[in-house]
Order: sequence, then C-alpha cells, then structure tokens
Amino acid sequence: MSLDIASSQASAPRNAPPKMTGDKVCVFYGAKQALFDVDLKVEQYSVTSLIGPSGCGKSTFLRSLNRMNDTIDGCRVTGKISLDTDDIYDPSIDVVELRARVGMVFQKPNPFPKSIYENVAYGPRIHGLARTKSDTDEIVHSSLRRAGLWNEVKDRLNEPGTGLSGGQQQRLCIARAIATRPEVLLMDEPCSALDPIATAVIEELIDELRENFTIVIVTHSMQQAARVSQKTAFFHLGKLIEEGKTEDIFTNPKNKQTQDYITGRIG
Amino acid sequence: MPTSLNEHIVSSYEDELTGLNKAISEMAGMVEQAITESANALLKLDLTLAQTVRDYDKRIDDMQQRINDAAVSIIARRQPMAADLRMVVTAIQVANDLERTGDMAKQLAKRTQQIENLGLAPKFYTGMRHMTDLVAEQLKAGIDAYLARDGKAAIAVCNRDNEVDALHTSLFRELLTYMMEDPRNITQCTHLLFCAKSLERVGDHATNIAEAAYYLETGLHLSADAQQRAPR
Repeated sequence: MSLDIASSQASAPRNAPPKMTGDKVCVFYGAKQALFDVDLKVEQYSVTSLIGPSGCGKSTFLRSLNRMNDTIDGCRVTGKISLDTDDIYDPSIDVVELRARVGMVFQKPNPFPKSIYENVAYGPRIHGLARTKSDTDEIVHSSLRRAGLWNEVKDRLNEPGTGLSGGQQQRLCIARAIATRPEVLLMDEPCSALDPIATAVIEELIDELRENFTIVIVTHSMQQAARVSQKTAFFHLGKLIEEGKTEDIFTNPKNKQTQDYITGRIG
Repeated sequence: MPTSLNEHIVSSYEDELTGLNKAISEMAGMVEQAITESANALLKLDLTLAQTVRDYDKRIDDMQQRINDAAVSIIARRQPMAADLRMVVTAIQVANDLERTGDMAKQLAKRTQQIENLGLAPKFYTGMRHMTDLVAEQLKAGIDAYLARDGKAAIAVCNRDNEVDALHTSLFRELLTYMMEDPRNITQCTHLLFCAKSLERVGDHATNIAEAAYYLETGLHLSADAQQRAPR
C-alpha cells in the first residue's frame, strides 16, 4: 500500500450506510455476561480491527456477527445486530445463508482433509452457487487467485490441502471463505500461527480484499491492527471502550485504558 | 486525552523512554547555557567566553546524535504507540531545534570575536540586551513546557513570539538609524544586525519546541488559528 496520506482512508463512499451495525449487543455464556451494550458500526469495504486483552470480548463480538455463538451451549445474545438492514437474529433468518454472506477465517488454518480443489469447491457447491464442473472450476480458480495462492498450487490442485505450509493453508482457508462470495469476512487472529513473511502476505491480501469485501479482524498484534485496518475498536472487560480511525487510536487515543493497553502499560 | 501515564509492563522500555527524556533535558540545559553565555560574551565583548561557547558546540552536536540514535533504536525495537510515539518523535524534533539553537549561539560567539576590536558605543547595546533577555526567557519557557508536557504554557510561548519579532523589527530600525547618522557605524551595526537575526531565529526554535510540547501533550497540532483563539 502506498503512503497516500490524503486517500488512505477513502474506500467506502462518504456517508455510505454501515455494512453491519451492533446496537446494544450483550452476550451471555450461561449466567456470565461476556459483552455489555456494544454499539459498533462496521463500514463497508473497509477493515475494522478489534483489539483488547484476552477475555475482553472481542472474539465473542466477532462470533456474534455471523451467529457462530449459536453453536455454544448456553450462549444468549441480546440487542440487535444488522447486516445492511436485516436483523441477523430475526427468527426468519436462515443461519446457513447468513454464514455464506458473512464468512469466517480462524486463528489456526483448518483446511478440510480433502484436496486443495475440494476445499474451495465445497462451499459453492453446497450453497448451490456452482451447478456445473466449469462453474466450479471458475470459482475455484478465481478464489485461489484472489487469495494469492493460485501460482503456488495450480499444478497440484488434487493434492491434500493439509500438505501445504501454514501460510498457504491460511490462504487456502481465505480462498475457501471467499468462494461463497460473502459480503463480510470475519478473521479471528488469522496470522497468529504464521511467520512474519506469511503474515505479510496475508496482510497484503487483506488490503486487496477490502476492495470487494468488508473485513472485521480480531488481532492481538497492535502493529497488525495499525497496519491493516482503517477503523479500530478497543474492548476491555466486555465493554467497547473506544473506537475510531485507526491512525487516531494509535497516535492519540482519547481513553486512558486504551492508552495503557496499546502502549503496554500497567492499567 | 489521557493525562497521567502509568508505568510500562516492560521496565527496560520504561527506562529507555525516561533516558530519552533525560537526554533532552540535559541537552536543553547545555543549549540554554550556550545562549546565555554567548549573549553575555556579546554584551561584554568577552573573547574567552566567546571561544568557550564555540568549543562547546561540538558537544551539543554529539548530544543530538545520541538522542537521534536512541529514538531510532526505540522505534525499531519497541514500536512505540500513542503518547510514547509522540514522545519519541518530538524528541527528534526538539533535539533538532536545540541543535540549531546551539548553532545560533556559535554564530553570536563568532560575531563577538569579529566585533571585539571595533569599540562599540554602549548605546548600541540597549536594544540588544532586551532582545537577548527576551529570547533566553522564551527558550527556557519552551523547554520547560516540553519537559512538563504543559500545553497551556506552550500556547503562551507561541503567542509571545510576536514580541520577539516586534523587538527584532525595532532593533533593525534603531541600528539603521545609527548607520544613517554616521557611516562609520555601519560595520559595527551590520554585525549587530546579524546577531539580532540569530536571536530572532532562536525565538523561532523556542516556538517550535513549544509546538512540540503541545503536540506531545494533546496529540493535536497547535495551528495558527488555535494560537489566536487562545487567551493571551
């Protein structure tokens, strides 16, 4: 990314409605409340990073954006989360379809124990996006290309995905996630298991992907949040403490807790 | 913005930032002394003192180098954020302004050695004395604002720079008058004009340091209109 100061923040058109909106979101695991009244807007075609110490609720919030929390027993969500204008916790919402619209990439690369090709083809096939072999080929090619993996795997599409390096596996998972043409991509510490070079490749990829996708990323690396995101939200003890333009959060945070956290001070 | 700062979890990082701040404080002391002594040398035409100031400049330059190296090392190894980042970045800026101020002191000392034999009339010095006093005060106030992270004091320093500029202009007129009165004054007064210009520049560096102080405390730039809106 070039250091274009004037336009580095300009991606979504000005005043465009947020892609996702959290409105007084509370999440409970049984009796324990993990998130308290979180209000957060996720802008379209931009990267929003969620930062905060372990157990602060950032991953909980991320998972509630595509109802991954539904799979956890005793988890309850109150408040409202919208994708465009749809309330994603509305009973009429098809969760499988929601997760096709809001894809996810996890911390540890988790390719299916299948071929590279099948890893990417699986999603579009079950969602009915690809009816013929050539449709599927096209989606697999373009997804791998977008994920920056095509040149490395084009000659071995039938080899198992688990045989790739860690960084390649993670890009395969990103290719798999974007194959269903999601509108939003959630990433839960996508680089924490990768070396610096593989991390740089993923970060470059995130920067390219935001042209077509809205991205929300949870990261423990503040430098990474500072590098890849346009907006940063800081969570602490289940509360959203501060959110704002990334450059403001990292040069001049308004809140003392944010300052203590990002500068590595005893809070 | 957060005002008080807790200690870092990593104590060696804390020590490095404290060390950087201490180095700035030390360098500021050296530069203040250089300016005061060069002004004294000029006003008393003290050649020995002037030579001391000239020799001293090398140490100021070395100090700037040390501060820059320390700041670069902190950026490379610690990736400072927020208030720490502002501290490191302004340390580089302030060290630069201090070094330039040190150069001005050296200039004054050089001029002093050149005008020593000209036998200046005391009346030439009245305005110059005012100017050296005011500039030394401004420099001290700017440095104090920086070390205390005091944005309000920084605004006051910036607002007072007009006084330095006004004094410079009036000194210019005064010296011009002496030159017109008697062309034999021209050589001496020209030297003094250059001295006045050097002092005016010191005032500008003091303002820069104050602006850095404001940014350090608030994370905002002290723009010209903010200065005008601030209470005088």
